[in-house]
Amino acid sequence: MNSKKISLYGLLIALAFIFSYIESLIPMPFALPGIKLGLANLVVIIAMYGIGVKEAFVLSMVRILLVGFTFRDPSTLLFSFAGGLLSWLCMTLLMKLKMFSMIAVSIIGGITHNIGQIIVAIIYVNNPSLIYYLPFLLISGVVSGALIGLLGALTINRLKKIL
Amino acid sequence: MKKNDLYLIAGILLFILILYLLLHVFKSEGSRVVVTIDGKEYKTFLLNEDTVFTIRQEDGQWNTFEIKDGYVKMLEASCPDKLCVKFNKIHYNDETITCLPNRVVLRIVGGEENDIDAIAN
Repeated sequence: MNSKKISLYGLLIALAFIFSYIESLIPMPFALPGIKLGLANLVVIIAMYGIGVKEAFVLSMVRILLVGFTFRDPSTLLFSFAGGLLSWLCMTLLMKLKMFSMIAVSIIGGITHNIGQIIVAIIYVNNPSLIYYLPFLLISGVVSGALIGLLGALTINRLKKIL
Repeated sequence: MKKNDLYLIAGILLFILILYLLLHVFKSEGSRVVVTIDGKEYKTFLLNEDTVFTIRQEDGQWNTFEIKDGYVKMLEASCPDKLCVKFNKIHYNDETITCLPNRVVLRIVGGEENDIDAIAN
């Protein structure tokens, strides 16, 4: 690993970290954890396309760990890891298929993130009726995923040179 | 944006719609609210009796909820995120208010099938 790579990873992690912080400042009118823009996922998806899927995975996990211990309760770490892992897996698969654009990949990332979180929530509080929130979470995942994907597609071409 | 993207988005939206309809078509009015802490049943309240109750846990955490006109609403809680307080009031079978930090769940139970049971008994 050369110094350019080290500084790039540091920069991207810091960026994802700051995005999570900004997002934690925006109050959400909805009662559902998981309904949010997912700004930090912009960094993850750009790393995915610009550097590589493995690097994006490490970036995503480091971000979750940092954010979990700073802006959120560490008890939410489990949910974040489940969401982060599932969405990374599904986005990687969809990306490798090369049939879809960044927007579709990002939408899949958004909804699988919510699916992962709700599965863990159902197991954690032993309450299957949380499944009733899934349609709302999925709609939120589609909207925020599409926005992030659009932003990502606009940004990636301009960043290609330095990544 | 590719053509495939549109197919995928249309498919996802259709899936969400079907899921929503499946989950809500069988919705029925509840008669009781069950309070569970950490997945274990704590106490059950009747929806037709208006009350304000505070759930106190051994670790000092607490949640206050209200039953009024058959609806249940979380009024106050000791949790840091206060998400449970933002939940809409609940009334239908299987609707829940969840406080993840305190691991408290309020869940509506006892719709029509329980009334039939009551008659059978």
